[in-house]
Amino acid sequence: MLTVANLEVVYNEVILVLRGLSVEVPDGSIVALLGANGAGKTTAVRAITGLLDVHEGDITKGSVTWNGTDISHYKPSRIVEAGITQVMEGRRVFAELTVDENLSAGAFTVRDRKENTEAYERVMTLFPLLQSRRRDTAGYLSGGEQQMLAIGRALMAAPQLLILDEPSLGLAPMLIEQIRDIIVDINAGGVSVLLIEQNAMMALSIAHYGYVMESGKVVMDGEPKKLLADEDVQEFYLGLRAEGERRSFRDVKHYKRRKRWLS
Amino acid sequence: MAAALRLEAVDPRRNAPLAFLTGLVGAALVFGAVQLANDPGLFLQTFMKSMGLGSTYALIALGFVLIFKATQTVNFAQGALAATGALFLSFLATDGNIPFTSVSNPINSLGGPGWMSWGLNVIVALAFAAAVGLVVERLAIRPMIGEPLFSVAVITLGLEIMFRVFNNDAVEVEFRPLGVPWLANGFKVGDRLINWSFIAAMVTAAAAFVAVYFFYRSRLGIAMRAVAFDQEAAMAQGVSVGRVFAIAWAAGAVLAAVGGIFATQPPVAQTLSVDQETANIAFRALPAVILGGLDSASGALLGGLIVGVAEIYAGQYAAGNVSWLGAGYPLIVPYIVMIIGLLIRPYGLFGTPEIRRV
Repeated sequence: MLTVANLEVVYNEVILVLRGLSVEVPDGSIVALLGANGAGKTTAVRAITGLLDVHEGDITKGSVTWNGTDISHYKPSRIVEAGITQVMEGRRVFAELTVDENLSAGAFTVRDRKENTEAYERVMTLFPLLQSRRRDTAGYLSGGEQQMLAIGRALMAAPQLLILDEPSLGLAPMLIEQIRDIIVDINAGGVSVLLIEQNAMMALSIAHYGYVMESGKVVMDGEPKKLLADEDVQEFYLGLRAEGERRSFRDVKHYKRRKRWLS
Repeated sequence: MAAALRLEAVDPRRNAPLAFLTGLVGAALVFGAVQLANDPGLFLQTFMKSMGLGSTYALIALGFVLIFKATQTVNFAQGALAATGALFLSFLATDGNIPFTSVSNPINSLGGPGWMSWGLNVIVALAFAAAVGLVVERLAIRPMIGEPLFSVAVITLGLEIMFRVFNNDAVEVEFRPLGVPWLANGFKVGDRLINWSFIAAMVTAAAAFVAVYFFYRSRLGIAMRAVAFDQEAAMAQGVSVGRVFAIAWAAGAVLAAVGGIFATQPPVAQTLSVDQETANIAFRALPAVILGGLDSASGALLGGLIVGVAEIYAGQYAAGNVSWLGAGYPLIVPYIVMIIGLLIRPYGLFGTPEIRRV
């Protein structure tokens, strides 16, 4: 189980991005973390996976605990070895390497040959499409294929927790559905999933629990049903409003709504 | 998008290397055919010589490329590292002591043929060179990860000076023989001598390139290329960037040392000894690196050979005919080739074009 407790992250020693974020990912579940741009979702991922150093960020308060051990100051490689891998925002496949080479880069921490081939087989059954493009340069794959490669690469280390940062970014609706089904498949295989999304509809349709983030902390959490029913989530993330109602943008008054969350 | 497509359709850079190479090779072929008919023995000797020089350059260039590709740093200390490696070999093989001690080197008393113990000495010297590379990386380069690349390059320049001072202090004004078993001997084709060192350089360079080819397809090599492409994404896969840096520096230092050993032999030098001149091999090989493209191993090979051919052939055939050029001018030919190459392809023959919006 992953527990993020009261996490505070500061960039460049001045910019406070996370202000007391608390999130829990129980074993075997899919947890969605929603939030608008700049809410601190990607920073949360970096804090969990040890990549803050690259961006001059520091955890100033709180902790990240994985199965009872504090991992907030682990190196990225140690976190991968502990069983947490991620699919980075924007896919970030190694475009100059082939599909196979991308996958074996993902398996860097796995030294056992047998485990390696098993993971490879698993990825190939999950993504039959990659099978036919094994020797192709990853940069020439389509966006959807690259996303699948990125997910496959993250699965090569046989993680217990997979963190996906905006897997739906820049993909067509049909591909988003495909990715969603794949996430469900992966979860059915016993891997917990932390799904970071702006696409609330997609995330909440498969999550067991959801958090809504704003300005670096959780402002609302609960079962997907409860979140989907919430008026604010509907308006800000789903673009829904009462049918037939005409409304001027002047009446939207974002700031008042937000104020309720933050108080 | 439309603009990008149009650009690609008429992009002259795609055909430029081909035109460049065709022009160069065409002219060389015509010239070569005339010379071949004139004096086949001399032509063959010149060819082998140029391949020997080109291979030495290619070895040095490969060291540059390995380090640059992994760490994005141009290692200006490559020349001093080359001399250091050769110096270690001289300590082991000629002085017969373990470096910095008066304990006699056990390898020399193993018996067996001379070339065998020399070969073992070379391996030990290369191991020393690798250790030096590791130490340099750990002390001077690792703390600079994430700092501006220019600062790191200047640090390597400082290292070059430091190592040069140390080397020159050990060398003093003498020549320190390396104990190369084939000396300046060779075999004769007609009445022209072809040195064994030419052949040795070629074989070594070929072996080094094959090794790098397979290394880049191994687990660690893939990790190195991943780090080169996207450091953060590689870290997210659990690749330890520090280890990749260390391996790149160790391998770079070993290649430098190999190049340094060949830099004491014909055709680069005639002395078979380390002297204060040895460290300059890296600056002589620099045009090969730049011409081939700083981040491409095949570029290093091709660049090295092109530059080697240009330098030796210019020295052999133009020196006698064009007297006003003077005797030392073959040394500047590599730079001329490099400048022409860069005018046509600013990022080298095989280099990755850097796309930057201004």
